[in-house]
Amino acid sequence: MRLIAQRVAMGILLLFAVSALIFAGTQILPGDVAASILGQSATPQSLANLREELGLNDPAYIRYFRWLGGILTGDLGTALTTRQDIATTLGPRLWNTLFLAFWTAVVAIPLAILLGLLAVRYRNGPIDKTISGFALASTSLPEFFIGYLLIFFFAVKMQWFPSISTVYDGMPFLEKLRAIVLPGTALLLVVLAHMMRMTRAAILNVMQSAYVETAELKGLSQLAIIRKHAFPNAIAPIVNVVMLNLAFLVVGVVVVEVIFVYPGMGQYLVDHVAKRDVPVVQAVGLIFAAVYISLNIVADIASILANPRLRHPR
Amino acid sequence: MASAVHHVDTPPRPKPEDLLLDIRNLKIEARVYPPGETPRDVTIVDGVSLTLARGKVLGLIGESGAGKSTIGLSAMAYGRGGVRITGGEVILNGRDILKTGKDGVRKLRGAEVCYVAQSAAAAFNPAHRLMDQVVEAAILHGSATRAEAEQRAKHLFRKLSLPNPDTIGDRYPHQVSGGQLQRVMTAMALCSEPDLIVFDEPTTALDVTTQIDVLAAIKDAIRDTGVAALYITHDLAVVAQVSDEIMVLRHGKLVEWGGTRQIIKEPRQEYTNALVSVHHIEHEEHAPTANPILSARNITAAYGGGPIKVLKNVSVDIFPGQTLAVVGESGSGKSTLARAITGLLPPEQGSITFAGRTLSNALKDRSRDDLRELQMIYQMADVAMNPRQTVGTIIGRPLEFYFGIKGRERDQRVAELLDKIEMGKGFVDRYPAELSGGQKQRVCIARALAAKPKLIICDEVTSALDPLVAHGILELLLGLQKDENVAYLFITHDLATVKSIADSIAVMYRGEVVRYGPKSRVLTPPFDAYTDLLLSSVPEMEIGWLEKAIKGRRMESAGN
Amino acid sequence: MLKRIPVSSLIGLIFTALFLIVAVFAPFLAPYGNGQIVGGVWEPMSAQYWLGTDNLGRDLLSRMIYGARITIFISVAATALSFTMGSVLGFAAAVIGGWFETLMSRLVDLLMAIPTLIFGLVILSVLPTTIPVLIMVMGILDSTRVYRLSRAVAADINVMDFVEAAKLRGEGTGWIIFREILPNALSPLVSELGLRFIYAVLFLSALSFLGLGVQPPDADWGGMVKENKEGIVFGIPAALIPAAAIAALAISVNLVADWILNRTSSLKGGRG
Repeated sequence: MRLIAQRVAMGILLLFAVSALIFAGTQILPGDVAASILGQSATPQSLANLREELGLNDPAYIRYFRWLGGILTGDLGTALTTRQDIATTLGPRLWNTLFLAFWTAVVAIPLAILLGLLAVRYRNGPIDKTISGFALASTSLPEFFIGYLLIFFFAVKMQWFPSISTVYDGMPFLEKLRAIVLPGTALLLVVLAHMMRMTRAAILNVMQSAYVETAELKGLSQLAIIRKHAFPNAIAPIVNVVMLNLAFLVVGVVVVEVIFVYPGMGQYLVDHVAKRDVPVVQAVGLIFAAVYISLNIVADIASILANPRLRHPR
Repeated sequence: MASAVHHVDTPPRPKPEDLLLDIRNLKIEARVYPPGETPRDVTIVDGVSLTLARGKVLGLIGESGAGKSTIGLSAMAYGRGGVRITGGEVILNGRDILKTGKDGVRKLRGAEVCYVAQSAAAAFNPAHRLMDQVVEAAILHGSATRAEAEQRAKHLFRKLSLPNPDTIGDRYPHQVSGGQLQRVMTAMALCSEPDLIVFDEPTTALDVTTQIDVLAAIKDAIRDTGVAALYITHDLAVVAQVSDEIMVLRHGKLVEWGGTRQIIKEPRQEYTNALVSVHHIEHEEHAPTANPILSARNITAAYGGGPIKVLKNVSVDIFPGQTLAVVGESGSGKSTLARAITGLLPPEQGSITFAGRTLSNALKDRSRDDLRELQMIYQMADVAMNPRQTVGTIIGRPLEFYFGIKGRERDQRVAELLDKIEMGKGFVDRYPAELSGGQKQRVCIARALAAKPKLIICDEVTSALDPLVAHGILELLLGLQKDENVAYLFITHDLATVKSIADSIAVMYRGEVVRYGPKSRVLTPPFDAYTDLLLSSVPEMEIGWLEKAIKGRRMESAGN
Repeated sequence: MLKRIPVSSLIGLIFTALFLIVAVFAPFLAPYGNGQIVGGVWEPMSAQYWLGTDNLGRDLLSRMIYGARITIFISVAATALSFTMGSVLGFAAAVIGGWFETLMSRLVDLLMAIPTLIFGLVILSVLPTTIPVLIMVMGILDSTRVYRLSRAVAADINVMDFVEAAKLRGEGTGWIIFREILPNALSPLVSELGLRFIYAVLFLSALSFLGLGVQPPDADWGGMVKENKEGIVFGIPAALIPAAAIAALAISVNLVADWILNRTSSLKGGRG
């Protein structure tokens, strides 16, 4: 338990450090935020006014703590370009992104474990080779290649699915699901290969251990070996793999959302990076980093929990 | 195929009603995958036949690559990794188990034949309690209900003299020591009351004082339960204690097979003879001289400045051209002593005098001559040499570095050194990966010699080698000592080696020197308790040694 | 050495070489100029325009060839930067140890706690998107991975007996790094070089596709996907061609890297 508490504390500490890093990253060109909002029309007077309004005249660390304090109380600030409250705009988009990521994960996790098991079961056979070949290819494919290929064939040529994945509030659930089939598939293909390769390695590691041989020499059936001896030891590395890949998935969402014009956080981020809307970029960047770090912590905790040496100390 | 290369006498065949295991003309192959080449099959076991009567123990002995484990596992119709049984018959209880199919094999494994692995620590599933694993096979094959099996297991734990036999089964594998785990694994094999147990080097990974307990426990358990066993090991003295017959194997072929007494007393094959007589090196002890070449006084050391002292007040002297052997088990601090003397682990207290001058404690403060005159040889020769350097570079570097010898003169000297270690100059352009284990260790010796040292620290230099190869290395070291008048600090856990080469001996236990002096005095009674335990634990190639040793002991080993 | 090369690696090698040649000799190979408008918008493939024309009526093949140049140039530069920085710092950390190693490692942990693409976007929201800036951002962010690998590899080798033997002999730090550690660290690093390059290509393409990489009128392949993506819904595959080129380049380099890794690791330190 102490280990878990330690890990969580480390994670929280890391989050604060990351927030500082993200804040610092956007301060590389100091004071120019005002200029970049007003652009060509800037007069010295209007610039000064805007700086005053945004609090840009305070030193960086004060602005950082003001920003951090806001975030901790749920206030993500105001978008420079639209003058809208970021938290209210972000809410539904975060929900959309999680919706897409969740359903992708629901398909990807069992599929990756199944394929990983198959690859181990028929190791070095044609199935294993096909799967690893596919994995090699898919780690080399850019998301948009997969995405546009899917659109080209399934939306334009076959017209099975919409090419633009619009979702809105109050949209029927099944309609929503249909809308995310293509982006979900693209995302699936991006993470599947990686997840499967790591699952394969994790299972193989356990299956080649001496205690599995012991079980085999006791005359246990293949099924009993997997159920009683391999599975309890493989579960931790697999959970670890799954969590790490969910973290990849959350990042992969950015490009996929842009391809399918899906109203999620990723697209929101990209739009506002182009507009140089710093408060939005900071807020969204921090949320992405927080999700990523949390999933990594969960992965670590899972492996701590599943390790009998740590569960039953001497 | 059936006839081996030379004629081999075999013991008489057991009577048919006694015959348990009958292996005929076994052939085992494995597929190897050399990098970048097409995979090919190599023969691991070639035409080996054996019979085993009920309740008897057959020892399978040989060096690494002899195929002894592979033969043992074939009695369970099992091939490890890519190993396949490609020919012959394995007849157990009257049927060929290679022809019984998957289900048939499953029914006999864990019921008729059980297995005890070398590393019980790896062979137990870390996720389950010991008891669940011990009774698993018995319950699976229906030879007992769970309650009966647990009762039987506790009885076995007691018989194998495990501590807390009623509760030890509730523990997880990592909560139990290595020697105990090995005994629990034996209990696991016995629990389903099999006809045959395959013991695969069950005591090799243990310290010598722990080994003797496990060995005695195994022997008692075999005798009391009447189970037959294939006992696989590379240590002839160990196998002589437990087996009725011994089979000597080499390169997957049978060399000699006979009763235990015949094999160790009257070996008929030259190879067997070499194995039996391997420990006998004649070495006359030198008396200490007036001035030691190295003198360590009151050395105390700890890792990372921690509170646990791995060396406590250690003082030893080494005399020019002589050998000080430091013996002890793992954790005794013997390797730490070497690190302290070399300066890799600067001692917290104490001083070291070398060739009349005081050595700085830390490595970086020592002069180049100090470094040159104090050389070191490691246990694992393959990681002690840079794999990207040729033998010529490896041996030549000290010549360049210490003496500035370059070019033709250097090549000349390298060739001379290769001669000294009994390897030709054809090896100059070889890489370490292209040498055998013994050759690698020889190159390391040449590298140390190149520096013209006064003292060489030898850290377990023979323990990773097969006995015959190790024997050659020891003879070489002794010969070189005579020629070059170099002193050795010889660190080892193997008392047989110590007896063959040492002039004086230091026995270490938990960071302290518990006995120290000239060899003849250290090895003469009366002994202190630990030295007694250590000396009495070293297996001797003599039938009945084990019982005598157990009876005569005064101190419990640490593994208990 | 080339005798026993597997077919897949050979294909990888040939294609990698082909892409490199195209990148180097772009002006000689391209039938039309980079920004030259030669015909109608999104004309289909024809004898005149082998790959058709793009969203502004430029020859797609010519743009692909110039795009290869930009893509490969930026990726190579970023990889070189990340590799030099990462490996020098990683080796130094492993050999020097102490506070330097702790500081560097914590800093890298921090940088790696944020997904690379997200952090890249955050930084590019304030920096001008010029090619040198792109190279810097990509190189620095990616050097964290090289740092981790080279530190781990060097630390592994640093504790081996042959390095200890060299230290006992009295060799200096220079000899230990360059003669003992480096030759043994080379093969994992070379294979990693390939993987880092692929990552740079994919990262650059993603940035350009999002409109935050190479700016018009120049375009790398990712940018060309962006330019032509509107055509997809009309059934015009122009955007798929640069996308496929990125995939082909990445797969080819991957095959080569895989081969190098297998070849060197299976040698286990023998000749080679």
